[in-house]
Amino acid sequence: MDLATVWFVLVAVLWVGYLALEGFDFGVGMLTRGFARGDRERRVLINTIGPVWDGNEVWMITAVGATFAAFPEWYATAWAAYYAPLVVILMSLIVRGLAFEYRAKHDTERWRRWWDRAIFWGSAVPAFTWGVLLAGFVQGLPLDGRHDFTGGLADIVTPYTMLGGAVTVVLSLLHGAHYVALKTVGDIRLRARALAGRLAAPVALLAAGFAGWTLLDRDGGPMSWLAWLGGVGLVVALIAGRAAIVQRSEGWAFTASFTAMVFFGVVLFASLYPNVLPSTTDVGGLTIANAASSDYTLTVITWVAVPFVPLVVAYQTWVYWMFRRRIGVQHIPSP
Amino acid sequence: MDVVDLARWQFGITTVVHYFFVPFTISMAFLVAIMQTMWMRTQDERWLRLTKFFGKLLLINLAVGVVTGLVQEFQFGLNWSDFSRFVGDIFGAPLAMEALLAFYLESVFVGVWIFGWGRIPPKIHLATIWVTAFATLLSAYFILAANSFMQNPVGYEINEEAGRAELTDFGAVLTNKVTLVTFPHTIFAAFMVGGAVVAGVAMWHLVKGRREPTAAEPGAPSDAITFRHALRIGAVAVLIGGVGAAVSGDLQGKVMTEVQPMKMAAAEALYDTQQPAPFSLFTVGSLDGSQALYSIEIPYLLSFLSTGSFQGEVQGINDIQQEYEQLYGPGDYTPNIPATYWTFRLMVGFGGLAAAIAAWQLWSTRRGRVPTSVWALRATVVLPFLPLAANTFGWVFTEMGRQPWLVFGLMPTASGVTPGSTAGGVFATLASFTVLYAGLTVLWVWLLAKHARPGLPDVSAEARWGRSSAGEDGSSAGDAAAGSGDDDAADRPLTFAY
Ligand code: HDD
Ligand code: HEM
Ligand code: HEM
Repeated sequence: MDLATVWFVLVAVLWVGYLALEGFDFGVGMLTRGFARGDRERRVLINTIGPVWDGNEVWMITAVGATFAAFPEWYATAWAAYYAPLVVILMSLIVRGLAFEYRAKHDTERWRRWWDRAIFWGSAVPAFTWGVLLAGFVQGLPLDGRHDFTGGLADIVTPYTMLGGAVTVVLSLLHGAHYVALKTVGDIRLRARALAGRLAAPVALLAAGFAGWTLLDRDGGPMSWLAWLGGVGLVVALIAGRAAIVQRSEGWAFTASFTAMVFFGVVLFASLYPNVLPSTTDVGGLTIANAASSDYTLTVITWVAVPFVPLVVAYQTWVYWMFRRRIGVQHIPSP
Repeated sequence: MDVVDLARWQFGITTVVHYFFVPFTISMAFLVAIMQTMWMRTQDERWLRLTKFFGKLLLINLAVGVVTGLVQEFQFGLNWSDFSRFVGDIFGAPLAMEALLAFYLESVFVGVWIFGWGRIPPKIHLATIWVTAFATLLSAYFILAANSFMQNPVGYEINEEAGRAELTDFGAVLTNKVTLVTFPHTIFAAFMVGGAVVAGVAMWHLVKGRREPTAAEPGAPSDAITFRHALRIGAVAVLIGGVGAAVSGDLQGKVMTEVQPMKMAAAEALYDTQQPAPFSLFTVGSLDGSQALYSIEIPYLLSFLSTGSFQGEVQGINDIQQEYEQLYGPGDYTPNIPATYWTFRLMVGFGGLAAAIAAWQLWSTRRGRVPTSVWALRATVVLPFLPLAANTFGWVFTEMGRQPWLVFGLMPTASGVTPGSTAGGVFATLASFTVLYAGLTVLWVWLLAKHARPGLPDVSAEARWGRSSAGEDGSSAGDAAAGSGDDDAADRPLTFAY
């Protein structure tokens, strides 16, 4: 494997890590509405992800930084093309990030209500939009000979990418429900379990639909065997998750939805390979080869990534271990 | 306004606002880490109260810093995609390293610090704030290395075929002489911000407590002593930062005179080459090279500042312009002169004023004294804003003085813009970001003020937790045995929760 391919894999790993980690905190964010009963329960949910959501978000920042370093053309073309949806994502993430910190910093009903909205929409909107944009990579965009985007919003928002967005949202929701079941005690834990059980079938159906569409559409690519494996794995993982939640083993259920997120990413990136952003016109497609940085740059960043990616995984895992204790309404101090 | 102007405004506004929060975070992380260390060492609850008090301000600020940083990561692609294509091979590497080496550390460990009170062993908890603080320095270093490449490109070669600059020596990029002087300067300047916040808030409480003794809550007298500690730390940080910024700024001026003589000539509005050259303190009237109405000058000073010798020759704008036309072809190579001239003076001026106020604070509170005039109160309120303004003006000077180049000598600003972007489109996002960021800034000031106003917090729960581990048996460290299961002893409320 040449270095550029290694970096394609690494960028994929970073995105997959983002989906699998921020996926559940997006899910928890969405559960603060409808599912959570009253302010205390909402605070329980927020506090289950409080120590970790920002670390999860850095997976996306690093994916973007790594794309810039290893595939400048991909970075340049993609974000210019995705301008409007990206600004929507950024603004949602801004209000969401502030909401976690600021919600408890002023004591009125109205203040909290506004930040609660920010948490809900700031979780749902980016989950959906990232799904649309990642599916958009697989689908391709109209580019010209200089790799500049020549289309409009209608080329980005298509039935296929919308389905990608919907799958990302429901996977996140299920993943979030498993996380809540794993991290809380009392009534909220029971309800999260029940919700996860009910969600499993529709989520699996939708995910299978998306995987099937992708696989049939992209069949014949050099990595389609892996994409197929991912598709099957995705559905199997969701079924296993449902079985685990029925058995009340929340740890396994969470592991299953984590794995499902990983397989979802495998479907996307294995179908994309060896492109990074195919063109729907007959010119301008970006591939691993023509979007990559020079060999020297790739070598430099490889030397940095080899020790530090495992280190990051290690200390982030340690933090999840540190905060492994379950919490419930009785642990929430009065404001 | 055309697309280029709008894209520049968008980058300028979002980046300047991001940089309101950055120096605050960098310096306050260290100051809070020092306070918490003092508490661990002395077990004196006063330090713990300061840690919690200023820690809260740190977190209010950090939140805005993080979310505005998010936008930064994508900006080079949004409006500046041709720039990204041209320099991505070089520029992307420090950015990716910043994320991998610094952002993960910062955000993971600050999360542990926020929620770790009462839940993890106190020594590990203390380590997390230090890790966070050092990560902010790493973050600053990498991003400044990227920026310095744009000021003074090194370690690259142009690949004509690919139409881009390619990295040839990453070591040279990390040890760019501009980076080496910019890093200390920004860090010293950052310390003035955090120091001024601590000193300003602490003195406000002292003066207020003395002026309105009845309004003070029962704990007031001990609060006063505690705030006195904080005032000392803050004011000393401002002074050290100020002296450091002046010394490193002087070095930076010399390096800049070497790599971008045009920027430094513009900073002086020096049109004709002079030897020796005077330093212009202040000018009334035009800066367009015709006769100024009124100007105060200090002879020889500019020669000394830019060359290190009182007799040194300093090149003027007109000569450099001619030289550049020969080097780069016809065109206008002068940045906006009034903007560079004034932003430079405002940077130095506001910074100097902040240092002067900090010195006065130390003097006026010596040996238990507390000034009680309205002016003392007012000075403490404006103090935090002064270094903040100086930082902003410094960046605007740095970046506007580089114009018309985006990457100095290699890429003019206008050619970096995303092809095919429309003025209407950029205007729409510029307007949205401006409104959102204005809102954030107002919220930030308001929340900081709200949480700076009450006295020091009650910290009995944290103090118990800290003592328990300072004792012989580490095992009794409160809930430190974090995951000990669902047992009932663990039903106690958390020491900290959102
Ligand atoms: C509290 C803030 C503060 C204070 C008191 C000063 N500076 Fe500064 N200055 C900055 C904050 C700053 C900054 C915002 O941090 C900049 C922008 C880029 C940089 O490296 O630092 C800057 C840039 C900057 C530059 C431009 C370098 C470039 O283009 O890369 C020069 C030449 C100086 N400074 C010189 C000085 C001198 C001679 C000072 C005092 C006597 C001084 N600064 C005080
Ligand atoms: C360290 C990383 C930074 C990089 C890589 C960077 C890069 C850029 C780029 C690409 C532009 C747009 C082109 C232009 O108008 O010149 C720009 C402009 C600008 N930046 Fe920076 N910048 C950085 C930091 C900062 C900071 C921290 C500030 C201020 C707080 C700042 C202030 C500005 C301003 C005011 C402009 C507009 C200047 C003008 O258009 O005349 N920059 N910078
Ligand atoms: C234009 C270039 C810049 C980019 C792309 C950028 C990017 C970012 C990002 C993505 C974050 C959020 C990280 C998180 O989620 O935890 C962030 C925060 C931060 N950035 Fe920037 N940044 C820029 C300019 C600067 C400069 C010039 C400095 C310092 C001199 C700086 C220092 C920091 C620090 C200390 C933080 C930590 C939290 C805070 O902002 O308060 N950044 N930045």
